Amino acid sequence: MSDKKIRVLVAKPGLDGHDRGAKVVARALRDAGMEVIYTGLRQTPEMIAEAALQEDVDVVGLSILSGAHMALAPRIMELLKANGQTHVKVFIGGIVPDEDIPRLMEMGISGVYGPGASTEDIVKDIREAIK
Amino acid sequence: MSLADSVLNGDRLALARVLTQIENDTPDGRAALDLLFPRTGKAHLIGVTGAPGTGKSSLVNRLALHFRTQNKRVAIVAVDPSSPFTGGAVLGDRVRMKDLSGDNGVFIRSMASRGSLGGLAQATAGMVQVFDAAGYDVIMIETVGAGQSEVDIARLAHTTLVVEAPGLGDDIQAIKAGILEIADILVVNKADRPGVENTEKALKSMLELAHPTQRVYSHHGKYMSVALPIEANTDMWIPPIVKTIATEGNGIPELAEQISKHAEHLRISGDWAARERARLESEMETALQEKLMSQFRERVPQVRYDEIMRQVFERNLSPGEAVKLLTNGRTK
Ligand code: B12
Ligand SMILES: Nc1nc2c(ncn2[C@@H]2O[C@H](COP(=O)(O)OP(=O)(O)OP(=O)(O)O)[C@@H](O)[C@H]2O)c(=O)[nH]1
Ligand SMILES: [Mg+2]
Repeated sequence: MSDKKIRVLVAKPGLDGHDRGAKVVARALRDAGMEVIYTGLRQTPEMIAEAALQEDVDVVGLSILSGAHMALAPRIMELLKANGQTHVKVFIGGIVPDEDIPRLMEMGISGVYGPGASTEDIVKDIREAIK
Repeated sequence: MSLADSVLNGDRLALARVLTQIENDTPDGRAALDLLFPRTGKAHLIGVTGAPGTGKSSLVNRLALHFRTQNKRVAIVAVDPSSPFTGGAVLGDRVRMKDLSGDNGVFIRSMASRGSLGGLAQATAGMVQVFDAAGYDVIMIETVGAGQSEVDIARLAHTTLVVEAPGLGDDIQAIKAGILEIADILVVNKADRPGVENTEKALKSMLELAHPTQRVYSHHGKYMSVALPIEANTDMWIPPIVKTIATEGNGIPELAEQISKHAEHLRISGDWAARERARLESEMETALQEKLMSQFRERVPQVRYDEIMRQVFERNLSPGEAVKLLTNGRTK
């Protein structure tokens, strides 16, 4: 009971219905011993930040295949900060063009993963980031 | 300002943090509970249990919306199982509770069962106390209907809803034995599905077979009973059956009505106080056992313990004699 579990919110912001990747990642994190709160499709940035706060998560994982990451990610970062959750690490997966990655990292995103990314790498990076 | 004070001031991040501390059973969590305890005892605790997929989360979502129209503040603790192999979990109850987002009068917290029997009950009870102290009027606890956790939650809650749905096997055997011992209200959800009548009929005949008895709980191998109110036999609560369609909201006002009737019944009959007393007693007992155990461990060196244990293995001492020897130096 007394060991600290890594708690991760996995959310799909935006309007696209591609949820396979989010589910694959959620299961992989569970299999790595993490507690994953899965919120499902069509989450607004406000809903995601609110859930992150109530669940007191260590990590927020966003799955975005709609191309709207440059609009959604900064808004979510802003809301997390406004709620005092600056310690929360944010990871993004889905369809993100290479040229956007440096800008996302500048915003404070901890990692970006595209199609075919290994879930082992994702697990390893999350563990590393919250150390 | 301590974390507990921040919780009392309505700081939601502090609330979330305290919940984590309690879930992890840290010294900070325990200290916060001590500070918050005097403020507890006001909320109505509603347990929602039933087989996987019967619609518990969807019902909790609808009930919360209903309570919000009455201006009650609502907290939800949603428990899902941990994987016994990896200790991880996917907690998916929030998927059905999207309607509650954006309302500061609602706080939803997901929780993994973490595989420990007593631990789940203890952590859940602690979390509920925090919400209670923080001024939430209604606290709903959703748990998968599985043996011990179900009974533990029924002990914790004032009002327990057992959710059934058609299509799970509609004869009387399919409905779990012992259900009536924990159910204050029986919900037949998915009333839009074929077979509702069968499910309802099966529940009805179970109710007719059952005769009112004193509530007896088996808790960690101990039997505990909640005293019957004096006039119990004339004014016994018979669990009503309520049909709902959680996805559409049908039957929710009727269900909420039965919930408030049950609360009223508990208050009038004295059962509310009896339940509270039984719960606090068992909490006290657990705390006492833990304390005595740790005092014992401090006092008796491990080598001595191991030596006596060896004699038990060799059948030179019975476990009973061994305990006497360890606690008073004699075997008698
Ligand atoms: C399967 C699929 C669908 C399925 C989705 C089924 C479902 N329930 O998920 C269906 C057929 C429904 C579909 C529909 C559409 N699709 Co589609 N679809 C795909 C496809 C072929 C594969 C996606 C997939 O499931 N991959 C498997 C999973 C496991 O991989 P993944 O999601 O990439 O996840 C990995 C990583 O990205 C990362 N990851 C993902 N999420 C997360 C989260 C975290 C926290 C982390 C750390 C990592 C991570 O780790 C995962 C494991 O490696 C892709 C093309 C492609 N190669 O990606 C197009 C694609 C995503 N679709 C696309 C489009 C345009 C559409 C439609 C709009 C088509 C249309 N015009 O109707 C519709 C939209 C429907 C809707 N409602 O949104 C485009 C998106 C273009 C863009 N963003 O610029 C793509 C890229 C195809 C393309 N090349 O044009 N699609
Ligand atoms: N047809 C119908 N479907 C329903 C009803 N209530 C819930 N569902 C659906 O049943 C499925 C399970 O609902 P949940 O609310 O997640 O059930 P649950 O009991 O919380 O599930 P677990 O937490 O996984 O045990 C979802 O697809 C719901 O949309 C209902 O009244 N009628
Ligand atoms: Mg559920």
